[in-house]
Amino acid sequence: MALTTAPGRTARTGPTGPRRTRRGAGRARLGEGLAGYVFLSPWLIGLMGVTAIPMLLSLWLSFTDYDILTPLSEVRWVGLANYERMFTGDPSYWHAVRVTLTFALVAVPLKLAAALGVALLLNRTWRGVGLFRGLFYLPSLLGGSVALAIVWVNMFNRDGAFNSFLALFGIEGLPWVSDPDWALETLMVLAIWQFGAPMVIFLAGLKQIPTELYEAAAVDGAGAWRRFRAVTLPMLSPVIFFNLVLETIHGFQGFTAAFVLSNGTGGPVDSTLMYTLKLYISGFTDLEMGYASAMAWVFLLAIALITAVFFGTGRFWVHYSDGDDR
Amino acid sequence: MTALAPARRRPGGSRQAVRLLVLVVIVAVVLYPLVWMVGTSVKSQAEIVNNIGLLPERFTPGNYADGWTNFDVGFGRFFLNSAMVSLLTVVGNALSCLLAAYALGRLRFRLRKVWFTVMIGTLLLPGHVLIVPQYILFRSLGLVGGDWPYLPLLIPHFLATEAFFVFLMVQFMRGIPRELDEAAKIDGASPYGVFRHVILPLSRPALVTTAIFSFIWTWNDFFRQLVFLSNLDGYTVPVALTLFIDSTSQSAVGPMFAMSVLSLLPVFLFFLAFQRMLVEGINTSGLKG
Repeated sequence: MALTTAPGRTARTGPTGPRRTRRGAGRARLGEGLAGYVFLSPWLIGLMGVTAIPMLLSLWLSFTDYDILTPLSEVRWVGLANYERMFTGDPSYWHAVRVTLTFALVAVPLKLAAALGVALLLNRTWRGVGLFRGLFYLPSLLGGSVALAIVWVNMFNRDGAFNSFLALFGIEGLPWVSDPDWALETLMVLAIWQFGAPMVIFLAGLKQIPTELYEAAAVDGAGAWRRFRAVTLPMLSPVIFFNLVLETIHGFQGFTAAFVLSNGTGGPVDSTLMYTLKLYISGFTDLEMGYASAMAWVFLLAIALITAVFFGTGRFWVHYSDGDDR
Repeated sequence: MTALAPARRRPGGSRQAVRLLVLVVIVAVVLYPLVWMVGTSVKSQAEIVNNIGLLPERFTPGNYADGWTNFDVGFGRFFLNSAMVSLLTVVGNALSCLLAAYALGRLRFRLRKVWFTVMIGTLLLPGHVLIVPQYILFRSLGLVGGDWPYLPLLIPHFLATEAFFVFLMVQFMRGIPRELDEAAKIDGASPYGVFRHVILPLSRPALVTTAIFSFIWTWNDFFRQLVFLSNLDGYTVPVALTLFIDSTSQSAVGPMFAMSVLSLLPVFLFFLAFQRMLVEGINTSGLKG
């Protein structure tokens, strides 16, 4: 994933030098080969039992009408019916897709912009930077917790703290979380508020940019904005790319806040019906596990596709500083 | 040239002051919800409705006692459940991911590259994709809603399925000089001995990072706990908190906030204790909060 390629490509510092392989140590190598599998065995068991087999099971289930109540042996094969229903017979499915895309398209860029902006502000060495960095990071850490979602919902109630803040300016507030036109926006604000994690990654990236580049640009008469455009953005593009991929995938998976806000329904009027919430409702409330499995597979393919698109288009704007621009 | 960059010629002091001012405003906005949460948790019901200020006029610690004894079982039980699940997850993740990382990052064996690629591939897998079949599997094994309902939550962590930590540790181990392994081997150590005497002691930083993050993530996790826990006395804190929403009675807002504050306390304490490490952890590995 992005984790290996994005920032790693510039800083491939891991292994040290050529390995010292001793010839004629066949027995030792055999021992090492065996040991490799001994050490790998928990992971291998997990891969098979908890990941691979469940995935195959879920693929099969996606072509059945399985509900948890009938035994697996009596499950009916329904072919593509689940997928057909998803794409043509279930308007709320498309609605969930729209909600999720809207959420990701709006919240992710704004969150990254906030993260980059604050990172630029913090990108100086002076006492107190560490404190600010920590404080900005705190919301990300509390991130997906139910407690924070509860606080958020109450803050954006009709008589919540946000409206009383607006009242200071004589603005009459709305019941944001129960207004179908604003509930999703409230969740977006929550996501943007948690800009700390990408911010820390941006800060690390900013530290890597050689100051000579800025000095050279300043000598050439470039103002602050020009230096940002011509030096910071291109030099930071691998980190921007990394954050973009990670946050997008992260954004698609939003669940907790939407669940808490709507008490698990996706309301008001389906306005917070995130994809994962729809999946949860289908599988565990309506007990249509075949249908939910089909949804899960489309989700997986969509995420893989979007990641592929990112990597495909990344070549045109991500600059790696190790000589060649690709 | 000088005309194009006037800002640079101004004394740095005023710009620095503006920068600081902007940062302080952002900090205030970022911290406001958290401070407000704590303030609300010690307000009386009447004040919660009427006084939206940060601080209560009358300090009402009773919300904590009320919240703690809510829902028959009591929040003490929920906290114990959460603590147990989180701590066992930490142990499972640290152990099993370290073993896998040693194999994938350090040993030479057939198909190693293939397994490594597969491991990287599983990094991409959203948990939501596996939840339905895993639920069915664990249920058919009689582990869902059983006497000890936490096995479905714990088993995956003892089998190194959180690829993220495996990856993190592989990266870490690449930084340990191979000469140490070679020296130990010349002294007659087997791969097990190298693991025990070289890798294990030197991996402390990676283990600690893994422990901190797997604790916080598990403590905050909601999705899996919601799916797998079905009996009230087995609930963990996040699942129990949703009971407040279900009951929708406005009278419970104070206790709800009190319990919310308490539920964030362990994470907050971790944050205070390991702030530097947490930030460096995401620096180097892209860990999310």
